[in-house]
Amino acid sequence: MHKGKGMKFVGDSRVQDKSQRNTIPKDYSEYPGRTEAFWPNFLLKEWLVGAVFLIGFLCLVAVAPSPLEQQADPNNSAYIPLPDWYFLFLYELLKFEFASANYVVIGTVGIPGLAFGALLLAPFLDRGPGRRPSQRPIANGMMLMGVIATVWLTYVSVTAVDWEQREQYSIANATEHEVDTEHPGYEAYSNNCMSCHGENMGGNAGMGPSLLESQMNVDAVKDIARNGIGDMPANQFEGSDEELEKLANFIVDNRPSSGGEGEGNGEGSGEGSSEGENSDSES
Amino acid sequence: MLQKLYDWVDERLDITPIWRDIADHEVPEHVNPAHHFSAFVYCFGGLTFFVTVIQVLSGMFLTMYYVPDIENAFASVEYLQSQVAHGQIVRGMHHWGASVVIVMIFLHTLRVFFQGAYKKPRELNWVVGVLLFFVMFGLGFTGYLLPWDNKAFFATQVGLEIAESVPVIGTDIKTLLAGDPEIVGAQTLTRFFAIHVFFLPAALFGLMAAHFIMIRRQGISGPL
Repeated sequence: MHKGKGMKFVGDSRVQDKSQRNTIPKDYSEYPGRTEAFWPNFLLKEWLVGAVFLIGFLCLVAVAPSPLEQQADPNNSAYIPLPDWYFLFLYELLKFEFASANYVVIGTVGIPGLAFGALLLAPFLDRGPGRRPSQRPIANGMMLMGVIATVWLTYVSVTAVDWEQREQYSIANATEHEVDTEHPGYEAYSNNCMSCHGENMGGNAGMGPSLLESQMNVDAVKDIARNGIGDMPANQFEGSDEELEKLANFIVDNRPSSGGEGEGNGEGSGEGSSEGENSDSES
Repeated sequence: MLQKLYDWVDERLDITPIWRDIADHEVPEHVNPAHHFSAFVYCFGGLTFFVTVIQVLSGMFLTMYYVPDIENAFASVEYLQSQVAHGQIVRGMHHWGASVVIVMIFLHTLRVFFQGAYKKPRELNWVVGVLLFFVMFGLGFTGYLLPWDNKAFFATQVGLEIAESVPVIGTDIKTLLAGDPEIVGAQTLTRFFAIHVFFLPAALFGLMAAHFIMIRRQGISGPL
């Protein structure tokens, strides 16, 4: 590149004086053979390759809709984490004894740092003038080993995953909870609670929490319906005590933890409703 | 008319050299698959760029619907996926493009490596290319959290634990990424969103510009 001393510019600009310029890039006449103009000849062919590639890519997109699992639940302790496939080799590395527990630094920083550091600095490590693979046995050997290790680790990791079991995490397989609309308390629920706590007691973002995970018994529910709790004002329920009883039973009976709907209609579960703990799980 | 306009601009800005730099060059025979089919290995770099363009465009459209907070992120993705016209295709392109771009950049790296194309005078371009590889990994990692589904959440938790295991500065790295030394939550999502949509693309564009300027300046490496 021509720079520094001897450069002339037009006026006070950075535009070089045309008469001075001799920075035309070297052409490829130094390579023997049939060259082709990039514009427009070669670009036209690239365009075709790109179009074919795009069709293939869109076929993939159409055939395999991108997966979506159920909404993140930090309390879901049964979930088995799995990174995206191109991180699996790093993930699998941590399962080796020498790269886990007390030695986890070797697996997280040591080996990957060494490998990717060497990759980054390859031109300064492999300094010989020869470009042919046969002239660089060490560099190529290391790279081959790295590639084989990466592919192998990914393969081992992928085969260890129970993909069928992971299917259940998909949003398509989320168990949609539905309340029993035949329950005697349903009318009271739909008139008094549904607008905030949702159609199926699943809660409404910003309005009311889900009632499905609540552990309250019937009396606690009755108390809250009358007196409120947290942000929930008092007297949300306006009706007779009899209706209140039905409503509380409805809420308790329709929680998934209480054995599903229809088990204890009406008075049946009035006194006990399994879990004794109340109030603080909801606020 | 167009010629006049071009001349008017060229007279003031001298844009012809820019045009020369971008498009006016000869493609040598040894990289042209029309002459040697095995030269298709030279396509991987271009295809990486092509998929990157797909990623940028589809990502721009995704942000029209995506809401980066823990209450709505999942719902907005689900809405996009199930309700918005062609939303599934746009998200699908972004999702699968993330994988395809990693495959392509990997193949491109292997091609350059095994041909020894990083040798003098192209060392710097190799270094920039590997940095681009890292940025792509970073984009994959940060983009993974954004749908805020279980997969995203727990994979990110693992990733942050790995970051935390770095000696001395581990906790600081984790805090920088997650917004808190312990909690993976609302802060984490907004930070990952910012990193995924602003910080890393900025780095990506800068490095890509350097990558392309260098390849045009030095030309493609000769045949083996």
